[in-house]
Amino acid sequence: MRKMPIIRVENLFKRYNGVEAVKGVSFDVEEGETFGFLGPNGAGKTTTISILCTLLNFDSGVALVNGFDCRKEPHRVRSSIGLVFQEITLDNELTAYENLKFHCYLYNMNKKVAEERIDEILDVVGLSDRRNDIVKKFSGGMKRRLEIARGLLHRPRVLFLDEPTLGLDPQTRSHVWEFIHKLKKTVGHTVFMTTHYMQEAEVCDRIAIIDGGKIIALARPDELKRSLKGDTIYIKTASDELARLEIQEKFGLNAKVTDAGLSLLVEGGEKFIPRLFERLTTEVLSVNLKKPSLEDVFINLTGREIREDGPGARMRG
Amino acid sequence: MLSYKAIYVIVLREFKRFFRQKGRLVVTLARPLIWLFIVGSGFTRLIDIGSGANYIQFILPGIVGMTILFSSIFSTISVVWDREFGFLREMLVSPVSRVTIVFGKLLSGTTLSVLQGVALLFVAPFLGLPLSFQGFAAMILLMFLVALSITALGLFVASFLSSLEGFNVIMNFIVLPMFFLSGALYPVGSLPPVIKVFTYINPLCYGVDSFKHVLLPSGGRLAAEIPMYVDVAFVAVFSVIFTFLAALVFERKK
Repeated sequence: MRKMPIIRVENLFKRYNGVEAVKGVSFDVEEGETFGFLGPNGAGKTTTISILCTLLNFDSGVALVNGFDCRKEPHRVRSSIGLVFQEITLDNELTAYENLKFHCYLYNMNKKVAEERIDEILDVVGLSDRRNDIVKKFSGGMKRRLEIARGLLHRPRVLFLDEPTLGLDPQTRSHVWEFIHKLKKTVGHTVFMTTHYMQEAEVCDRIAIIDGGKIIALARPDELKRSLKGDTIYIKTASDELARLEIQEKFGLNAKVTDAGLSLLVEGGEKFIPRLFERLTTEVLSVNLKKPSLEDVFINLTGREIREDGPGARMRG
Repeated sequence: MLSYKAIYVIVLREFKRFFRQKGRLVVTLARPLIWLFIVGSGFTRLIDIGSGANYIQFILPGIVGMTILFSSIFSTISVVWDREFGFLREMLVSPVSRVTIVFGKLLSGTTLSVLQGVALLFVAPFLGLPLSFQGFAAMILLMFLVALSITALGLFVASFLSSLEGFNVIMNFIVLPMFFLSGALYPVGSLPPVIKVFTYINPLCYGVDSFKHVLLPSGGRLAAEIPMYVDVAFVAVFSVIFTFLAALVFERKK
């Protein structure tokens, strides 16, 4: 018999202020897996994560974490999970140690176990020397590391990371990811994360791409990329519409009009570009060849780019 | 249902935050003394009491009440604060029940208030009000009860508020009438009937009256006005009702 998945979601619906935020989402997450939820802001990522963490009720469907029903047994679900929120939820007036101790006692650990785990986890996140410093003085990256440490203190079966690098500068962002990756290797937790940064999703074992409250693709990152069957060529032309028709006529290829110009999928893009230039009469302003990335998968599926840090980027997704 | 370890650590956190803010600590301790010695001594010259307590002695129970009122009500800002800065979510996703969180906040607000009240009691002998050990013990129990009732009221109101600005506006609107209608600065018996009605539902009025029973000599125009058992019963019932309501609102809110 197959092992029970650690997270099971079936046909989940959630209406939020008159808007259907989640429209029939289904997926399973296996134990030990790093599972990514990728999508633009407002796609339903945070809503789904909030439901799984019992912070939000849902209208219909099934949501099980560690075998417990999120609606009927919220206390048992809460004991099984660790959560790192989008926004910092540390107490700035307390020290790193005090924040962690608070967490231990909240999860009913005794003093001895608490002290051991705090020492251990501070070492893992490299904050042992800042143990007794007030959190207010910490940098954004350090606060993140401390929060992730806190989320792991009670040894949860699943660690939820909701946009763990939101609002961090690119350098800190990659540090945090290196750290999460290292952590996964050493601790081996199941990690469920959401992000709208494509590069970050690449570390996942499997990715669900979510848009408009629905999962539009679910596979391993390499499978998703392979599904594109080729490279993406972006061209900007004097008239994208004319060029699109011309390409269709001469090469039998369907180009898509995107924010980044015309995009077309071809195998062996390097060899295709010279042929394209030879036969295209519309003036080409720029050309760009990209080997498949998750960004392209997303654009191919939705016809849009994932907006990064545009207006409303801090809105709940 | 209740996790004592969680209640302990919630109280511990509030204590740490309280004693770490040195500025707030100084203001908190200085405010009642300013009231007592500036307002009190000003009016003492003005008002001739005759027999019984003089005016500065008379307002000591009221100033103890005021200290507890301010401290208890404003301790509940931590609920709004935690919500605004996200820390509340750390508690809400933990397996700890909502009632546990309410009890933690209730107990921390109450004990911090009692501590400030105790500090103020040491002024009593200097005002010519002798305080026996029994009187001191009775005051601690009474202050605990009064602080509990007001913290519970504060928690109930605060659980509806989501911004710090809103908290300050609403709480000041509650605190000032409660203070002026508590018998802290003048006996409530002397108020016109229309206004006097509000003193009947004011827990602080019964609280201050119970302090007067213990701290002031009986007799004279400024002595306690309500029987002690009524004071204690009202404050106790008020505490229970608002603790229940606060827990209910917390349980309901997502």
